[in-house]
Amino acid sequence: MTERSPQAYGQPPRDGGLLTRLLEVDGLAVEFDTRKGPLRAVRGVSFHVEACETLAIVGESGSGKSVTAQALLGLVPSRARITAGSIAIEGRDVTGLSDAEWRELRGERIAMIFQDPLSALNPSLTVGYQIAEMFRRHRGTGRAQARRYAAELMAQVGIPDAARRLDDHPHRFSGGMRQRVMIAMALALDPVLLVADEPTTALDVTVQAQILRLLRQRREADRLGMIIISHDLGVVARVADRVAVMYAGQIVETGTVPEVYGRPAHPYTLGLMRAVPALRGTGSTLTAIEGQPPDLAEPPTGCSFHPRCPLARERCREEAPEPRELSHGRAVTCHFAEEVLDDA
Amino acid sequence: MPDEPLLELVDLVTTYRLRRAEVHAVAGVSLSVGAGETVGLVGESGCGKSTIARTIVGLVKPSAGQVLFEGRDLATLPARELRRLRQEIQLVFQDPYASLNPRMTVAALLKEAWRIHPGIVPRRDWDAEVRDLLARVGLRPEHADRYPHQFSGGQRQRISIARALTVRPRLIVCDEAVSALDVSVRAQILNLLQELQRDLGVAYLFISHDLGVVHHLCDRVAVMYLGKIAEIGPKAEIYQRPAHPYTQALLSAAPAVDDWRDVDRAEIVLTGDVPSPLAPPSGCRFRTRCFKAEDRCATEEPALLDRGGGHPVACHFANSTTVPATPH
Repeated sequence: MTERSPQAYGQPPRDGGLLTRLLEVDGLAVEFDTRKGPLRAVRGVSFHVEACETLAIVGESGSGKSVTAQALLGLVPSRARITAGSIAIEGRDVTGLSDAEWRELRGERIAMIFQDPLSALNPSLTVGYQIAEMFRRHRGTGRAQARRYAAELMAQVGIPDAARRLDDHPHRFSGGMRQRVMIAMALALDPVLLVADEPTTALDVTVQAQILRLLRQRREADRLGMIIISHDLGVVARVADRVAVMYAGQIVETGTVPEVYGRPAHPYTLGLMRAVPALRGTGSTLTAIEGQPPDLAEPPTGCSFHPRCPLARERCREEAPEPRELSHGRAVTCHFAEEVLDDA
Repeated sequence: MPDEPLLELVDLVTTYRLRRAEVHAVAGVSLSVGAGETVGLVGESGCGKSTIARTIVGLVKPSAGQVLFEGRDLATLPARELRRLRQEIQLVFQDPYASLNPRMTVAALLKEAWRIHPGIVPRRDWDAEVRDLLARVGLRPEHADRYPHQFSGGQRQRISIARALTVRPRLIVCDEAVSALDVSVRAQILNLLQELQRDLGVAYLFISHDLGVVHHLCDRVAVMYLGKIAEIGPKAEIYQRPAHPYTQALLSAAPAVDDWRDVDRAEIVLTGDVPSPLAPPSGCRFRTRCFKAEDRCATEEPALLDRGGGHPVACHFANSTTVPATPH
């Protein structure tokens, strides 16, 4: 799984012709250097993504979901470093890549879109130039040809009047249209993996629906493996096939969306589901999760969730639970998951 | 007058002047909030919902129409009366950090209003009252001596709510008050707001883009689009029998946790973006994105009327319930 030959990345390994494992993350840990000492933002997370499927990583602020996303693209902040684990993209271990190697890989095999496209786009260059630049820099495409490709891409992601809008600067686009520009740039070089970090959080509801729909369409059309990072359980319910719930730097539960949403196995997941107001049906009572997420500079002993957990007992304070498989592809990190399953 | 509303907006127009143009951010809105009631105001960015909040609390002046509190027009009240009435209406913002002075302790923040408005709480009772308020919003007595940066987002929002309560308001305008909070903490604050209403009888005008939160909290709901109300009515009617195509689209687009149960559900996806409030479309403001629009909509603005559905709707084709099924 960790071969580094350049051929590996041109030729994705086929899993018996059935599934294509595009991404395999194993025991990933990321630490930040802070004045208070090391802060373990990501503490041993493992997951994988196949072609044509969407994995959602959900969690609240500080859960480590965005840092995980950054690590997948070699973009961890300068005061952070990967301290353990491996990331394999199409079978190639990318954890030790140099900046130059990352620049080559990003956009080509794995690409990312962000919550705020305005900060990811250069305000002084036209969007046409910025999209065309992807082809010119990575592929050496000529200026005129790259511009034609850019117009085609913009039309593909639903930007009306694409040929004319090539020469507009980012600020001339609405939030939704800017996110489409970002998606066009991300998909320009036909990557196999797309990481979307809160892609619709800054958008209005009706525009969000447009962008989620576009992402679903592109996933089907390009057979993309997609990772969506979100705090919004509703967005995840709409777009994801599988979900990984993060809390305090760890994945506490994984499974398909129907499995995890329909019958949570971790008390945190169950708590989240009961804390979200229903949109349809009649009124509901909300059960809040008491307390605050822990300070990762001084994480609690044992299970990180125990100070907020209604089921916590002695064992939870002393012994950190290991992830264990409940059924194929479904895992939970809780000593007493069976009780949660019964409750749900 | 037994059923006089606590707050009433009558044909409210609020205009922002730009260098070369005027924007009618609120373009004629009538709305009331009864004592102890929670009214939700939903809509997307630029619909004017925050401007309404700012107009009600006096941060901006209306250019036409009235803001009545207990039947009295805030624009025509003598200054002293107005000052007293203003205490009855408090505003809680989205970002509590921006609205709390970072150099003041929680106790000082809470006592500030009593210093400015003597007569609310006698000085000898201040410390006891601070303790009571902190307990009421779920904070501990020792929190009184800490500064805003020492708290998490949810705790800071508890402090802003405690501060709003210091002047014993009868109406709290919540402008995206829980939008910046994480799910688990948001539920704590929503429960707190409901508890305060039960105990103190305070009314809320709850402004939010989050349809789930509004559904949970509100008795009545007004849906706004480009400065006007598209539809208004009791919560159950708006959510279960939306009659305006915009409300139908909003509800269809809003992601909900149980969406996974029906992934092939027909979905209304509106095309395009909200037009600029600088140049709203002629006739019905929603017609440029509407799936029911006909020629009439471009020339004739629909009035906000009960069109047989039991609540007012501003659409010529309200209740014609054909919802186009767009495949996923």
